[in-house]
Amino acid sequence: MSGDPVVTAASSAPPAGLADDVLARRRRRLRVPPAWRQPLAVTGLAIVGAWLVIAIFAPLIGPDNPLAQNFGILAAPSSAHWFGTDELGRDVLSRVLAGARVTLPLSVLLVVIAMLIGALLGGFAGFLGGWADVALMRLADLFFAFPGIILALAVAAALGPQLRNAVIAVVAVSWPSYARLVRSLVLAARTAPYVVASRMLGASGWRVLFTDIRPNIAGPVLVLAALDLGNAVLLLSGLSFLGLGAQPPTAEWGAMVAEGTQNFNDWWVGVFPGLAILTVVLAFNFIGDALRDALDPRTARTVRLS
Amino acid sequence: MTSASTATVVVDRPRKGTAHHDLRRFLLRRLGTGLVLLIGITLVAFVVTHLVPGDPVAANLGQGALNDPAAVAAFRHQYGLDQPLPVQYARYLTGLLHGDLGISEQSHRAVLSDLNQYVPATVELALFAIVTSLIVGVALGILAASFRDRWPDHIIRVISLGGVSMPIFWIALVAFYLLFFRLGWLPGGGRLDPAVSPPPHITGLYTVDALLHGQWGLLWQALRHLVLPGLVLAIYTVGMLTRFTRASMLEIMGNDYVRAARLKGLPEHVVILRHVLRPALISIITVAGLAFAGLLSGTVLVENIFAWPGLGQYAYHSAVNLDLPAIMGVSLFIALVYIVINLVIDLLYGVIDPRIRLS
Repeated sequence: MSGDPVVTAASSAPPAGLADDVLARRRRRLRVPPAWRQPLAVTGLAIVGAWLVIAIFAPLIGPDNPLAQNFGILAAPSSAHWFGTDELGRDVLSRVLAGARVTLPLSVLLVVIAMLIGALLGGFAGFLGGWADVALMRLADLFFAFPGIILALAVAAALGPQLRNAVIAVVAVSWPSYARLVRSLVLAARTAPYVVASRMLGASGWRVLFTDIRPNIAGPVLVLAALDLGNAVLLLSGLSFLGLGAQPPTAEWGAMVAEGTQNFNDWWVGVFPGLAILTVVLAFNFIGDALRDALDPRTARTVRLS
Repeated sequence: MTSASTATVVVDRPRKGTAHHDLRRFLLRRLGTGLVLLIGITLVAFVVTHLVPGDPVAANLGQGALNDPAAVAAFRHQYGLDQPLPVQYARYLTGLLHGDLGISEQSHRAVLSDLNQYVPATVELALFAIVTSLIVGVALGILAASFRDRWPDHIIRVISLGGVSMPIFWIALVAFYLLFFRLGWLPGGGRLDPAVSPPPHITGLYTVDALLHGQWGLLWQALRHLVLPGLVLAIYTVGMLTRFTRASMLEIMGNDYVRAARLKGLPEHVVILRHVLRPALISIITVAGLAFAGLLSGTVLVENIFAWPGLGQYAYHSAVNLDLPAIMGVSLFIALVYIVINLVIDLLYGVIDPRIRLS
């Protein structure tokens, strides 16, 4: 936005040419290696893509209604029911597929919320400094020192066992890491020449923070979010496993594993939903790992050196 | 450094005295911030557990008692729930100063004695897990760093990513099913076989107590019971420590002194173990310390499956029953462990790396 200070009041959107320029520069910085050099990232993308397709088309792909109790109970996997049936005679395969519709959108949603809250608070703390910084960061420290799953457990239990409350609990646990990261990035950017220049051209603090600094620190924050997705899935399904998230009869993977512990004799009840969690988290971590390697200047430097 | 205030110490032992004083000041400051953090945590726990709609009365009294206003009032009075929140909090803090964590609404015992009973079981589990993951994780990390970007590195990368991606409540179920139920190789639950009495209480860790009393049969049995939940718990930390060991070793390998060590003809294993691993140990130990504290709370997801009578089950049952004093007690204990471990790690830095002075 360093261009023309007169324009600012009139046009709410940033100048189009400039935005393109920033994007192009970022694209140049993020040099994506050829696919065969990143087999894990490609695998991860493929798995996440497959799960997305499943989540969207689950009712069409699934052989049966995930909630219908139509079949013999606890039938072993067969050609009729590839993953067997559970204790209420529901088709496990259909339930695993339907579970993608719960876990994928919710985990993305909660990471986005945690990122927004953490980034806003961290950004204010870093930009305003002074008592606001101290207060916000001490608050983040507190949530950091608080044992994550215990906090989530307490929040989820206190709010009442519901999927929505489990999401709130996981957000409560995850925002501080974004706040810390964004604060340190904003602190570093505050004295950068482009920020000083913008201030001297008369830009307001808000404008500097949201228009100048935000795009420049977005990369590391997004990497953290990508790495956090897997943890979000684990924590959310863990809460459901404990009975503090999704309630019956919702087809949620963690809750289905819990049903498996009630029927551990019939391994298929719990094994398949757990495999679903594992593949999703693994895929998210493959992607996050590759993203970090691509964006982290320290790793990039050592790669170039060797 | 304020030389004036060190005067009395300096008179006795000029050099060591100053260092000693530095250490003491450092310790005091860290203990101070730790204390503030702990009080803050009681506040967060208090606010989280009290300002929300959940009703501990409904969670703890039966339906019959709930219909009796006198019983409800008695319950609320007994646990101080009829007082305004600031008064409740002040009461809690006052009790804390006297080492009183309140009475569990669920077990009707002092939270402190509940913790006394459950903590050793979980500490034993977490210690087993952290020692296992240190051995396996550091070894895998060294291997991965030495074979960087070749096939052992790639395989280890997949293993470690698999470790941090594993839903432990699920792998616990799978391990239980396979190793106990199907194969019968390992006992499936509890700390000892049913009807076997534990060794006389010294530490509360059955393995250690059995060892101290020379009860070898009991030691073997306690170990066998420990293996399954301990290994399951270790899966995540193995992955984490492997990745950290690899990353910090690679960072150090870029240093000139490592190249110098190679150039002067030292065998590769000496370079790796003495010149690279030792400085890398700092970040490894930091991570392992925090992982240990994380394991204490991570047991929530594992103890249920293996019927392990520890802190995790206690935390879970207190949360589900909205047993507020118990939740606060568990949170405080784990936060205390975090703070103490952080302090110990900071002190260890000086031992491992003489370059780091307390500052």
